[in-house]
Amino acid sequence: MDVLVDLAPLFAEATFETLWLVFASLLFGGLGGLVVGLALYLTRAGNLFANRAVFGVLNVVVNIFRPIPFIIFLTAFQPLARLVVGTGIGTEAAIFTLSLASTFGISRIVEQNLLTVSPGVIEAARAAGAGPVRTIVTIVIPEALGPLILGYTFVFVAIVDMSAVAGVINGGGLGAFAIQYGFRQFEPVVTWTALAIVIVLVQFVQFLGNGLARKVLRR
Amino acid sequence: MPLVQIRDVTKVYPPSTRSGDPVRAIDGVDLDIEEGDVYGIIGYSGAGKSTLVRLVNALEPATSGSIVVDGTDITTLPERELRKLRLGIGMIFQQFNLFSSRTVRGNVAYPLQVAGRSRAETRKRVDELLDFVGLADKASNHPDELSGGQKQRVGIARALATSPRILLADEATSALDPETTQEVLGLLRTVNRDFGVTIIAITHEMDVVQSLATKVAVMESGRVVESGEVFEVFSRPRSPAGQRFVSTVVKGVPSDSELAALRERHAGRFVTVTFRDGGASQSEVFLEFGREGIGFELVYGGVNEIQGRAFGNLTLELTGAGDRVDAVIERLRRRVEIVEVV
Ligand SMILES: Nc1ncnc2c1ncn2[C@@H]1O[C@H](COP(=O)(O)OP(=O)(O)O)[C@@H](O)[C@H]1O
Ligand SMILES: [Mg+2]
Repeated sequence: MDVLVDLAPLFAEATFETLWLVFASLLFGGLGGLVVGLALYLTRAGNLFANRAVFGVLNVVVNIFRPIPFIIFLTAFQPLARLVVGTGIGTEAAIFTLSLASTFGISRIVEQNLLTVSPGVIEAARAAGAGPVRTIVTIVIPEALGPLILGYTFVFVAIVDMSAVAGVINGGGLGAFAIQYGFRQFEPVVTWTALAIVIVLVQFVQFLGNGLARKVLRR
Repeated sequence: MPLVQIRDVTKVYPPSTRSGDPVRAIDGVDLDIEEGDVYGIIGYSGAGKSTLVRLVNALEPATSGSIVVDGTDITTLPERELRKLRLGIGMIFQQFNLFSSRTVRGNVAYPLQVAGRSRAETRKRVDELLDFVGLADKASNHPDELSGGQKQRVGIARALATSPRILLADEATSALDPETTQEVLGLLRTVNRDFGVTIIAITHEMDVVQSLATKVAVMESGRVVESGEVFEVFSRPRSPAGQRFVSTVVKGVPSDSELAALRERHAGRFVTVTFRDGGASQSEVFLEFGREGIGFELVYGGVNEIQGRAFGNLTLELTGAGDRVDAVIERLRRRVEIVEVV
């Protein structure tokens, strides 16, 4: 137990880093995924901005990058991170790569959920005189909001998972902490404490997401 | 000038598969819809009915031809103008298509928000409409808490929000049970009669046309094969498709199996005489047969009332010398409709 007391400040820092990694990536990746997902949805054949070429390109890009294991993605995109954030290592670089990876993942979730909105409802909005942008903002997204919230909750868990390997490029966080002070120094109690924090974090957000979705869906 | 004038309109969809043929969903349609009409459009599934009404509010662009709505050819309008046009044309749907993310009030308010009305004005108009459709107490409910009939009434309130002059109804009662159907049809009649809204109502059910419409167009394979006053079309359908639809609701014309059964019992010639107001009366026709010594027996028949006007179809078995019968039929044909049943 003494070891926990000794490591308390570092623990706090690692927890904070994880929160920062996860929420920043959820924010940027969430926005990126929303934009790409919307673009996929809208350019699909028969939809508001049907465009075979744009849809085809987006579709292929997402299909290629989405399934790449994150630890490989993280190292492969280090040069790009350096170009964009100015450095290839550290928390900011990790956030950039996490956001990029989650953009691909989230875009599919957004697209799939928007596809569940009935074309008839969209037609009703158009028949009422709404233009495409208004239809998307006031009808399409609100109609899909419940499943979208559940989708983002799911993504949150995936980002927590991915963030654990941020340590590879010195991104910090609970993953790196557990490896360095728990695993390498034979202190299982450190590993288990890190684990407990992650569980609490995930459960809390899951609870929040489910509650919000239930409220939106009124079930 | 009709309120809606459709001239030689076609709508061609690109082939669904790479090697397939393009679909001519609408193939050279002409139709005039006058202000105040309740225009029924009937046809089997795939005839092009939905496509045709979607051309009227430009949800789909026509491939060729002209569609003049209230004096403006809408086929040449830019999208921005089309949105204004749609504010003046309400639409209701078979599946209601209500916004599940909004309350009943939010649904009815939507077109008003699109039109940029003020909050106060919107609230007042929504209250008015919910009163009209009898759902004032459901204003804060969500659509999934309503029955089918209630949903369609919300659909009607939403469609009327911006006080359009035209209402498009795409199979508006097809998802409803018979009782609710009557309720909704009653509401639509009021909309037409009291608010003077011109209604274009698509259906595949002839009794909807019978109880709602003043005029009817029969569609088949993207074409209007017959159109006119409901009474005219019902009492004297000219196209085979029209005759098939009319026979589903009009009493007095024997079906093939009924005819076969009649044949077993009767050996004479069968004719169906259609009596309509303005033509010869039954007693005049019977008197004529009697005077010529032709025997007649009523074997099948019925009288229909459409929009307060009656017509009857009576199938008679005629007996007598062939040429005498021919001559009388020939003479009577100037005053009533007589069809030889073979
Ligand atoms: N968006 C579309 N793309 C391709 N073909 C279509 C489309 N909409 C309708 N069609 C075709 O046009 C024809 C008429 O359809 P529709 O107007 O829906 O008929 P109805 O409403 O009378 O059942 C059908 O053959 C249908 O398959
Ligand atoms: Mg249809």
